[in-house]
Amino acid sequence: MAVKTLTIDDKPVSAREDQTILEAAREAGIGIPTLCQLSGVANLGACRLCLVEVAGVPKLLPACVTLVQEGMQVFTNTERLREYRKMIVELLFAERNHVCAVCVANGHCELQNLAIAVGMDHVRYSYRFPKLEVDTTHEKFGIDHNRCVLCARCVRVCDEIEGAHTWDIAGRGAKSHIISDMNVPWGSATSCTSCGKCVQACPTGAIFKLGATVAEQIKDRTRLDFIVTAREKKQWVG
Amino acid sequence: MGRLRVATVWMGGCSGCHMSFLDMDEFLIDLADLADVVYSPVADPKEYPENVDLCLVEGAVANDEHVELAHTIRERTKIVVAFGDCAVTGNVTAMRNPLGAVEPILQRIYVEAATIHGRIPFEKGIVPELLDRVAPLHEIIPVDAFLPGCPPPAPRIRKMLEKIVAGEPAVLEGDDLKPG
Repeated sequence: MAVKTLTIDDKPVSAREDQTILEAAREAGIGIPTLCQLSGVANLGACRLCLVEVAGVPKLLPACVTLVQEGMQVFTNTERLREYRKMIVELLFAERNHVCAVCVANGHCELQNLAIAVGMDHVRYSYRFPKLEVDTTHEKFGIDHNRCVLCARCVRVCDEIEGAHTWDIAGRGAKSHIISDMNVPWGSATSCTSCGKCVQACPTGAIFKLGATVAEQIKDRTRLDFIVTAREKKQWVG
Repeated sequence: MGRLRVATVWMGGCSGCHMSFLDMDEFLIDLADLADVVYSPVADPKEYPENVDLCLVEGAVANDEHVELAHTIRERTKIVVAFGDCAVTGNVTAMRNPLGAVEPILQRIYVEAATIHGRIPFEKGIVPELLDRVAPLHEIIPVDAFLPGCPPPAPRIRKMLEKIVAGEPAVLEGDDLKPG
């Protein structure tokens, strides 16, 4: 496979032609913030946090779904990008009802960590305060739509790793929401194998184990990594 | 700078931020050398005074009394700090917002959820009237600094106060921005 050479933040980098800017940056030790990206499942470009600037391209490009090209000059941490990333995180907080103080994922939440990383000290947009459901019909797990960021990690782990495809996204725009099976309560979704991969994949406290209270829901991604590595590389490690 | 005139205010919150303020322990003695507390739930004055240098506002804006006090604070204060998650985001106090306006909420809490004496309390002129929508402080008045946390840990409050006393920008960073 051909190798491409490019620069990321003025650092010369070489990458395989099938690699994304995000993968090339990570290999070079350059961190780009992400939210919807999850190793082991397909990249989606849903959250836009990994947007980067590329010389000669007027629009911003999502690093997780943009392949490297020869001679590309990528910038990952400009003033413009920092401001957009902060806006994105603020909009995520304004969109639904994220109350860290009473959340199962407090202290272990990727959205909360992003707020810290982008320097969000308050939200400049008007909170929407939508009325959303909490579904606790499943015998082991619950989903609180107030805390969902629509990253679709649950959809992807369930489809691509478990092979059940219980989850999907219904509606459009601000009305988009996660559904189980043909929009039935999770407890009635016959395709669900109760494997819990969605619980571990969810970046916030939206999908949780029943009985978990404030700050108790710690997500363990190593289980997902184990399965993906076993399947793709036939190595049972981790 | 002369002695700082400091106020603390308790709006729609649980007073946990004030408890955390008291958790600064011996730093409070150092602070007493620099500042006078001119208005606070733990001090005597009933009227918010003029010429306040610094005010920490705990709690979200949840009723008409809070709105009036917020405007008074802004008029009479140099540096207004949103003190804790309720003031910064609305937090737990704003969890009633998705349920709708005041009437359906009072109905839900005092009638539907009541096990005895289901009745909506109404004492005009005594209990301030609730707003239809709880707001973070910066939606009501311009705010100079944000001190997140539920409650903000005492060392974080101290850091903010030390910056303000030193005349540095009242901006926190890193883990000191953690909500919750």
